[in-house]
Amino acid sequence: MTQRVVIDPITRIEGHLRIEVEVANGKVKNAWSSSTLFRGLELILQGRDPRDAWLFTQRACGVCTYVHGLASVRCVDDAVKVTIPPNARLIRNLLLGSQFLHDHIVHFYHLHALDWVDIVSALKADVKKTADIANKTSQAPNSGVSDFAAVQGRLKKFVDSGQLGIFSNGYWGHPAYKLPPEVNLLAAAHYLQALRQQARTAQLHAIFGGKNPHVQSLVVGGVTCATDLNAARIAEFKYLWEETKQFIDNVYLPDVVAVAGFYKDWAKIGGTTNFLTYGDFPQSDKEPESLFFPRGAVFKRAVNQIQDVDISQISEHVKHSWYEGDGALPPSKGETKPKYEKLNVETRYSWMKAPRYKDEPMEVGPLARVLIAYGKGHEATKKSVDGLLKALGAPVDALFSTLGRTAARALETKIIADAMEGWIGELVENLKKGDSKIYQTYEMPESGAGAGLNDVPRGALGHWIDIKDKKIANYQLVVPSTWNLGPRCGKDKLSPVEEALIGTPVADPKRPLEVLRTVHSFDPCIACGVHVIDPQTNEVYKFKVL
Amino acid sequence: MRTKDFFYEELEEQGVSRRDFLKFCTMVTAAMGLGPSLAPKVAEALVAQNRPPVVWLAFSECTGCAESLLRTSYPWIDQLVLDIISLDYHETIMAAAGTQAEDALAATVKKHEGKFICIVDGAIPMADGGAWGMVGGKPMLEIAKEVCPKALANICIGTCSSFGGVAHAAPNPSGAVSLEEALGDALKTPVVKIPGCPPNPINLVGTVVNFLLFGKLPELDSLKRPLFAYGQTVHDQCPRRSHFENGEFVESFDSDEARQGYCLYNMGCKGPETYNNCPSVRFNDRQSWPVQAGHPCIGCSEPDFWDKMSPFYKSL
Repeated sequence: MTQRVVIDPITRIEGHLRIEVEVANGKVKNAWSSSTLFRGLELILQGRDPRDAWLFTQRACGVCTYVHGLASVRCVDDAVKVTIPPNARLIRNLLLGSQFLHDHIVHFYHLHALDWVDIVSALKADVKKTADIANKTSQAPNSGVSDFAAVQGRLKKFVDSGQLGIFSNGYWGHPAYKLPPEVNLLAAAHYLQALRQQARTAQLHAIFGGKNPHVQSLVVGGVTCATDLNAARIAEFKYLWEETKQFIDNVYLPDVVAVAGFYKDWAKIGGTTNFLTYGDFPQSDKEPESLFFPRGAVFKRAVNQIQDVDISQISEHVKHSWYEGDGALPPSKGETKPKYEKLNVETRYSWMKAPRYKDEPMEVGPLARVLIAYGKGHEATKKSVDGLLKALGAPVDALFSTLGRTAARALETKIIADAMEGWIGELVENLKKGDSKIYQTYEMPESGAGAGLNDVPRGALGHWIDIKDKKIANYQLVVPSTWNLGPRCGKDKLSPVEEALIGTPVADPKRPLEVLRTVHSFDPCIACGVHVIDPQTNEVYKFKVL
Repeated sequence: MRTKDFFYEELEEQGVSRRDFLKFCTMVTAAMGLGPSLAPKVAEALVAQNRPPVVWLAFSECTGCAESLLRTSYPWIDQLVLDIISLDYHETIMAAAGTQAEDALAATVKKHEGKFICIVDGAIPMADGGAWGMVGGKPMLEIAKEVCPKALANICIGTCSSFGGVAHAAPNPSGAVSLEEALGDALKTPVVKIPGCPPNPINLVGTVVNFLLFGKLPELDSLKRPLFAYGQTVHDQCPRRSHFENGEFVESFDSDEARQGYCLYNMGCKGPETYNNCPSVRFNDRQSWPVQAGHPCIGCSEPDFWDKMSPFYKSL
């Protein structure tokens, strides 16, 4: 029997996402990803001052709060042909690094963990056993019997209050949850701990960026935080960075290993085929040569054959999207002409366009970055990946999966955290030498064009600007989630999430927990719900849980 | 009714000392513009047995306001959602998805009709009958019409739900408007606006605490913003104000004046026309605020600031 399952809204993501899958014999046979909100930022930008663009594009997303600001100032830097001073590059890197640390911690604990962790089961845990597990796997403080007993008591009181708040109607007790109660309690304790840690980690942004979300210290030509370049502020930054690094090393990474150990079957589910990364964290003004995370493309999982990236081979398709026409255009010539019609997965079903590289769908994000860095022999990445695979007793192929994507995100969090120390050191050395320059003046040209290529927590991000009469004539964003979660393209090829979902087991179509695992592993920046449709009658079943 | 001592014992079990808790209450009390003598009352208000039900509706938004709430540190977000309020619907952090998520919203609206607090984040797209923004197959406009009139009060969090925000900026492709404009007379319940892009979470917490404490919403200005937060301009509270008075201005981001923290008026600062408490409460546990980071204020808590305050680097 074939069933249609629709999840709309998909929650624990940014934005508005709908996922529809066709389920036959307990597995997903076909999938469609739809973005259900259109705001038209690209249209709003036309005719405005190019220097203002970053403040608008930053509002593309409050979760990836820094990255669309960064991408925009980089693309306008390129158009006005300004080279930013080394300190500005370092501060932009430190702010981007902080974004990764914050974003990945929130993703694992608050957006993704409840797909694997049954909070209600944690109430049954033997707290002494939880403490034993914690002490065996990490050096984390607050891991004594009394600590876990306090968390369990707090959760019990919360559940007994009858007001379940954010935990209402979860898929608790679902057969696909495999963790023993003791590991569920460990993860629940860290879910709560991470809620506080993320607020602390976000302060890294406030130190050199004024606030988080929506950092406000970028400008075309550099950064503005001149009065924060002193010993006290740098020491505060370093203290919060160290605290976050401790959390990553002693809590986040051990938790990923502990949880993954119970879900090894997910190393065979949810893989895709092609990968793309623009690379990021420039170590000098030479790009792409100096990028800490290298630029590259992989086709058909051939990680030993990393290809250079040719930006002219990117195009955006609209055949299945709510825009005029059915062709494909490069982003620099991109058009945004909305034309809404009723959602129909056979024709048009998303506000996202479908970006393709050499006409192929490409997965972007942590897994793409890690695979390409691994393939290029990036030392820190190689060491991390080999270490994890050994700990899990898994082959390299295991990376091409839902579990691989989630693990890659954790690994790169540590790799970036470690690298940040060097950038702080470089900044201090420059200041010591009396170099406190953070901004380079420039002239706004009458006309010009620029591109900003970035690799941000969710993947490859490009902004393109066209300037005429010192005003924005055209502006296009090609964002990671359109690569990963867009619709089919002009050649009807599935997007990475659509491909990844095929073969995903679904034990209970009325509670499609397994579908959420793969969707959330991409860390969608868009939101969704599940209805079950019978293709014969087209009836949408409304179902109740628990 | 739980006793006060029992409450402190529980807090201490959670690793929060009585001193920390009272410090938080003092912070909130001060942010609300109340005298310090009211701090113990604020503490008491937070010990109420039934946590008030709150739903958070996300419309045409960027999730920056939701993220901002997660950054609260007085109280921490886990205390807010486990101990103070019952956050029954919030797409970004709730466990449930799809139908189960929609059921959670419907259950709260039905069970607590006229008693729940509705927080609205994001503008409402009106183009094509609202079809440019859908959740669960329903236009956002329809969801707002169903839920908001049944709330005890609606809190518009952020500039988008308050005034339209970035989606409303010219030429407003999706026909995005504020909650009040979208619902018009159908919205019979009180509205409080906490604009900002995003706003400081302490101003939302202060508004909720005011409600828990006095059983009513705080005093508002003519734009329905709480006076405790939006009663003065950024300029009037700015620590760089003396440089303005002395005629000491930054003329370039690469200058000694910039390094000395002079006034950003000539760089385009909109502080003189912006009502907000950023300089006094600052963001992220009082770490900083935009002018401290050397960037002009962009006027983000004012109506139509994307059009009226831009170009942002041009002086007033």
